[in-house]
Amino acid sequence: MDQFAVKVFVRLRPSVLDPAGEATKSASIKLGAEGIKSLRIGKMIEVKIEGNDENQVREKIDLLCDRLFANTVIEDYEYSLEKL
Amino acid sequence: MDNFTVGVVVFPGSNCDRDVSWALEGCLDIRTKYLWHESSDLNDVDAIVLPGGFSYGDYLRCGAIARFSPLINALDDFVKSGKRVLGICNGFQILTESGFLPGALTANKNLNFICDDVELDIVSSKGGWFDNKNEKQTIKLPIAHGEGRYHCDSDTLKKLVDNELIALRYKSNPNGSSFDIAGITNEQGNVLGLMPHPERACDEAIGGTDGLFTLKSLIMK
Repeated sequence: MDQFAVKVFVRLRPSVLDPAGEATKSASIKLGAEGIKSLRIGKMIEVKIEGNDENQVREKIDLLCDRLFANTVIEDYEYSLEKL
Repeated sequence: MDNFTVGVVVFPGSNCDRDVSWALEGCLDIRTKYLWHESSDLNDVDAIVLPGGFSYGDYLRCGAIARFSPLINALDDFVKSGKRVLGICNGFQILTESGFLPGALTANKNLNFICDDVELDIVSSKGGWFDNKNEKQTIKLPIAHGEGRYHCDSDTLKKLVDNELIALRYKSNPNGSSFDIAGITNEQGNVLGLMPHPERACDEAIGGTDGLFTLKSLIMK
């Protein structure tokens, strides 16, 4: 059975205020970093999953993202998948 | 209503379950029963409270993991039967995560954990959760949350307004919630979610009794 490494990125939707990102942006500017126009914080989730068929694995990951990893009311997600 | 029993759900990380039970039993003489989150047998209870706290450590998102507990799975039929469900603070977050109420709750605008008393306008009488029959349309309840900023898209907000589903609004918005929303009901009115803690306002000795009506309304049919 093949194994796949999946990296899921979950981000607040652009329309949703990210106060943690704003605070980190403010600290970045205080550190002396110039030119920062925007800073938003998301999550990265790493999954290793077994399967014989990449499409079936993608279906499982889609379900996990849609139902658990992200709350699609406020968050978007995308993922990369690599066969190990 | 002698045998009327309110189920108080206990998740790992719940910390207001005993407050709710004490307020119901001690202040209102309403029988309660703790329901462990792995139980799916809701036959013994006539109403349910999802209390505040940090279910499952608030991992991933507040309420996100609790949504998959056997008890929450069993809640669908309970709600459809018209029985009343009250979600307080983390309970409200669980109700939005599990789709019983629309929208989502996320980090307070100022990133602070806010612990304070807030003035609230009673907006809707849907479900009879609040006393807006007399002249007093404003109540004061404690809040204690870091992630209580209610968010929904504009279509959902319009639906909430048009269908009178907004139960409570902050008079002075503490957390950046859309439309100052502090609590909403479902369309049937039998599910209420709110960030303020009515169970912490049930005795004059601890600062007020504006929460009594909401807890008492659990025994409404």
